[in-house]
Amino acid sequence: MASVSMTVNGKSVSGDVAPNTLLVDFLRENLRLTGTHVGCDTSQCGACVIHVNGKSVKACTMLAVQAEGADVTTIEGLANGDQLHPMQEAFREHHGLQCGFCTPGMVMSAVDLANTIDNPDEKTIRHWLEGNICRCTGYHNIVKAIEAGSKAMQAGKQAAD
Amino acid sequence: MTKMTVGQPIKRVEDKRFLTGRGKYTDDINRPGQTYAYIVRSPHAHAKINGINKAAAEAMPGVHAVFTGDDTKDLGGIPCGWQVHSKDGTPMAEPRHPMLAEGKARHVGDPVAMVVADTREQARAAAEALEIDYQELPAVSDTGSALGDGQPLVHDDVSSNLCYDWIIGEEADADAAIAKAHHVTEIDLVNNRLVANPMEPRAAIGEFDESTGEYTLHTTSQNPHVIRLLMGAFVLSIPEHKLRVVAPDVGGGFGSKIYHYAEEALVTWASAKVGRPIKWTADRSEAFISDAHGRDHVSHAKLAMDENGKFLALKVETTANMGAYLSTFAPCVPTYLYATLLAGVYTTPIVFANVKAVFTNTVPVDAYRGAGRPEATYLLERIVEKAAREMGLAQDELRRRNFIPADAFPYQTPVALQYDSGDYLATMEKAIELSNYESFEDRRQEAASRGKLRGIGFSTYVEACGIAPSAVVGSLGARAGLYECGQVRVHPTGSVTVFTGTHSHGQGHETTFAQLVADKLGIPMENVEISHGDTNKIPFGMGTYGSRSLAVGGVAIDRALDKVVAKAKKIAAHLMEASEADIEFENGEFRVAGTDKTTAFGDVALTAYVPHNYPIEELEPGLEETAFFDPLNFSYPGGCHICEVEIDPETGVTEVVGMTAVDDFGRIINPMIVHGQVHGGLAQGIGQALLESCVYDESGQLVTGSYMDYTMPRADNLPSYTVDDHCVPAAHNPLGVKGCGEVGAIGSPPSVINAVLDALNPLGVRDISMPATPMKVWQAIQDAKMSQAAD
Amino acid sequence: MSSFEYHRPTSVADAVAALGGGDEATVVAGGMTLLPTIKQRLADPSDLVDLSGVGEMKGISEEGGAIVIGAMTTHGEVASNPVVQAKIPALASLAGNIGDPQVRNRGTIGGSVANNDPAACYPAGLMAMNATVHTNKRAIPVDDFFTGMFETALEEGELVTKVSVPVPDKAAYIKFPQPASRYALVGVAVAQTGGAARVAVTGAGQDGVFRVADAEAALSGSFSPDALDGVSVDADGLNSDLHGSAAYRASLVMTLAKRAVAAANG
Repeated sequence: MASVSMTVNGKSVSGDVAPNTLLVDFLRENLRLTGTHVGCDTSQCGACVIHVNGKSVKACTMLAVQAEGADVTTIEGLANGDQLHPMQEAFREHHGLQCGFCTPGMVMSAVDLANTIDNPDEKTIRHWLEGNICRCTGYHNIVKAIEAGSKAMQAGKQAAD
Repeated sequence: MTKMTVGQPIKRVEDKRFLTGRGKYTDDINRPGQTYAYIVRSPHAHAKINGINKAAAEAMPGVHAVFTGDDTKDLGGIPCGWQVHSKDGTPMAEPRHPMLAEGKARHVGDPVAMVVADTREQARAAAEALEIDYQELPAVSDTGSALGDGQPLVHDDVSSNLCYDWIIGEEADADAAIAKAHHVTEIDLVNNRLVANPMEPRAAIGEFDESTGEYTLHTTSQNPHVIRLLMGAFVLSIPEHKLRVVAPDVGGGFGSKIYHYAEEALVTWASAKVGRPIKWTADRSEAFISDAHGRDHVSHAKLAMDENGKFLALKVETTANMGAYLSTFAPCVPTYLYATLLAGVYTTPIVFANVKAVFTNTVPVDAYRGAGRPEATYLLERIVEKAAREMGLAQDELRRRNFIPADAFPYQTPVALQYDSGDYLATMEKAIELSNYESFEDRRQEAASRGKLRGIGFSTYVEACGIAPSAVVGSLGARAGLYECGQVRVHPTGSVTVFTGTHSHGQGHETTFAQLVADKLGIPMENVEISHGDTNKIPFGMGTYGSRSLAVGGVAIDRALDKVVAKAKKIAAHLMEASEADIEFENGEFRVAGTDKTTAFGDVALTAYVPHNYPIEELEPGLEETAFFDPLNFSYPGGCHICEVEIDPETGVTEVVGMTAVDDFGRIINPMIVHGQVHGGLAQGIGQALLESCVYDESGQLVTGSYMDYTMPRADNLPSYTVDDHCVPAAHNPLGVKGCGEVGAIGSPPSVINAVLDALNPLGVRDISMPATPMKVWQAIQDAKMSQAAD
Repeated sequence: MSSFEYHRPTSVADAVAALGGGDEATVVAGGMTLLPTIKQRLADPSDLVDLSGVGEMKGISEEGGAIVIGAMTTHGEVASNPVVQAKIPALASLAGNIGDPQVRNRGTIGGSVANNDPAACYPAGLMAMNATVHTNKRAIPVDDFFTGMFETALEEGELVTKVSVPVPDKAAYIKFPQPASRYALVGVAVAQTGGAARVAVTGAGQDGVFRVADAEAALSGSFSPDALDGVSVDADGLNSDLHGSAAYRASLVMTLAKRAVAAANG
């Protein structure tokens, strides 16, 4: 066993894990943060996307011990209390989700996109989503949601400046 | 006054929990004392199991038990819910489908043993220590050759691997019409095998309460009551009142989570043996070899026409792959959900179909989004496209000459169904307009200037859904009724909980059904809660599939609401000292007609539960009503899908540059949700046409066993869609609604392939099979070049 | 997943020492290939030596006409690095199209070259650009480094520390993704430096990345797509699978080579 400490959604957490424990299993089983999902075993579906030190990563392809000291954000940490994050709000507004299973990874990936590229266009969004598979929506409304969510995040940043 | 919500794009009630990671899916649930199951699966397509030595596995750390077919052989097999009869009247071959292989494994992934241990890792490690003596046998995986002489037999007692040999229509009539026709178009088609791939892999948690003798199964199901019925009555012999099945949030289904699977029965049964709850969660690789697959037809068809292109007769011969065992609905998919749709939107007077269902050493095949109707539509719309080319008619023109006219409804087809309503010409006209079909040649030329081949393809379709009429499906072999149940519980304060036997796994029932309730009762949607998925809460239900939730389940709720309003009127009449006949109910208010005397819905609700001033001699207290709805017919959505593609002839890459869908939904409760359903269906239809294919090699090994080889549609494979509707209300349900969940997947595949063929036509390519992958398109171009050079 | 010991050294020396500690010890860089491989039980290491703490293996610099990239630099960092973007835009573009954003945020150039996946992008790009792979022991010209499918010249205890890429006059890389996995079904990199052209292909070869001598000769005469007319690669010896026959791959090699030349010429 190895002890591991990190910050998850703003809180310091630690635990004893076997070195082969995946970060996603640490989040789901040790911390009971079950919003991060597992949809495949070949690192392709993106249902497990979270942020580690501000960048989106697949929590199924990273060991818990590799997140030692890291700042981790999961879907549970995105909203500000009862107020949805602008990207979450955009997904709701544009019907960017159906069964909800891919949604946490999709939203976390989208937030990273909006943080990386200002006001991405449709082509950029579709390309960025290479690592996030959705079987329900046909992506149409996800793309619209991310366009709108990115604009809202941009506006929020400008308002803060 | 409360604003009416029906017809409005109301934002979804369920979204907040999913967007914040608070959805509760089966694998998110842990039960106290829970152990973990690992299913050991056959690595061989066909093998005799000479023996299994459990000793080493049982001795591994954390292991509670190891079960094999010897332990479960006295339990029931996994049942099939539909019996089809062959043309000679004999019932289909229905070999036993054991939970765990009994002496023989029949497909890669066939469950052979289950290991239960304290952790997943321990269960898996012990599974690897299990010694299984397999003796490999020759296997058959190919649909088209399963019936051939000398093929290995999947089941020793099923000769020629034939499950049934079924017909509909009069073959002699079809042959006669074909013989004297002006022109006959013939086509050979394969409908590719697909894997449903909902993003949430299947999972199940079984537990047994020794104090009450009650079993509980949490499972990823589209229909918990059906699982309770099948598993309780046929597999484990547990009566309904001692078996609770809960399907919590479910991450997509598309058909694959309808069926009763061995893992559900195994964890339920074993939880009593082990004395601990048992959880099993599939990983994706396991899903590929254990979730029921879809489609997999090989067909030959002939379409006879007169000199004007009027269809005279259609004759179809199809071989359908059932896989190694009969899954829950498998036999009805290539028969009653397929051949009955072969008239399509056309007035073809004679239709004959012969369907042979075969067993192979592959994963069982069952309904996948559309189930039978995509196969029928693909066949029809491919042969119609080919016929138009052969007759020298435009794609839309040949269809115009053969559409069932809007004034011909109800329309009796030659293959059993009676369509209630529709306007196929109107949906096509609208799709033609929205797709800018008239200016297509300009776009083709512009594309050619960039070295690209552009094509446009049509598909006009009708489908039968809202799967119900119990009497009808019963006469066709269904072993269950297909009505739906809705229960409306008005609480003392006037808030409402609705219990529905349907199940939402992406469809947004919590919103759509709440809209129905809010409008009918004149209360805010926030005061309505929709409950589904728990057999201990919901009176009964048949679940969600076949685009039935609104057309059957929604109507059941509507009926229950009618009963609630009728009773509430009696209470209101008493409160206002008026005659019941004079009470009007509107916008949540009861009024004595022609007066300003009113009482609010909430006051009536309170009175029902605090009956101090109450007509107690005539009326029971309380305000809760249940209704079952069993419609007299299916609902028949139809429409037109037009696809536009651009092909890079050097690489063979096909880009979908336009996808227009105009569909008839009868009446729309929430357009945002309905169009969202169409988007998803279109993606799966484009996926089938261009990307997805489940491939077995000759030895029965699955070649496409993960996302590394099975091409899932991703965002950059797909365009933005143009989705619209032209609705004619359904005649057989009081809401006038038709299904919407499957139309995208039903209508679109032939439009895509027809577009590809249109693009490639100038090069001499006349046929291409699904999926039209880059390599296949490139190869077709090379072959056409070769054959032209040879000419 | 099978169990292993985890080590996170902070220097190359410590990493090499840790590697010597276990009988089946292996390094993990970004882990984008290794972790899925372990999950599928196709690898069973006794010790995992995580290089993410080794600061001396990170960073990008320009040194005497070459771009030097630390082995633990992620694809995302290469793609967004202003120096790479300015000096070798083809390399930035190549890195920016490896896998998906999440892979690019973890996967590293060192991991990619040391793994030498036959469908990876970097081997083709680096071979066309005549890069040099630096290890803790020596500098290895790229032509000598990639020795076969998943095979490299690396010896026991030898770690890739950095990759040095001479700035070409022109270069481009075009990937044709395998539709399902999105790895390169075929990827072709071309580069021209001082009149000499190099063409390297990934995805197609049974022995991994390879150069196309005929195409290089043709392009060294005239660096234009037309120069490749009449040049072909033999389908014999190319990979053939569900997604691409050898003939299809052979055709793609030349199609992509022409397009890459056109892209390099701007």
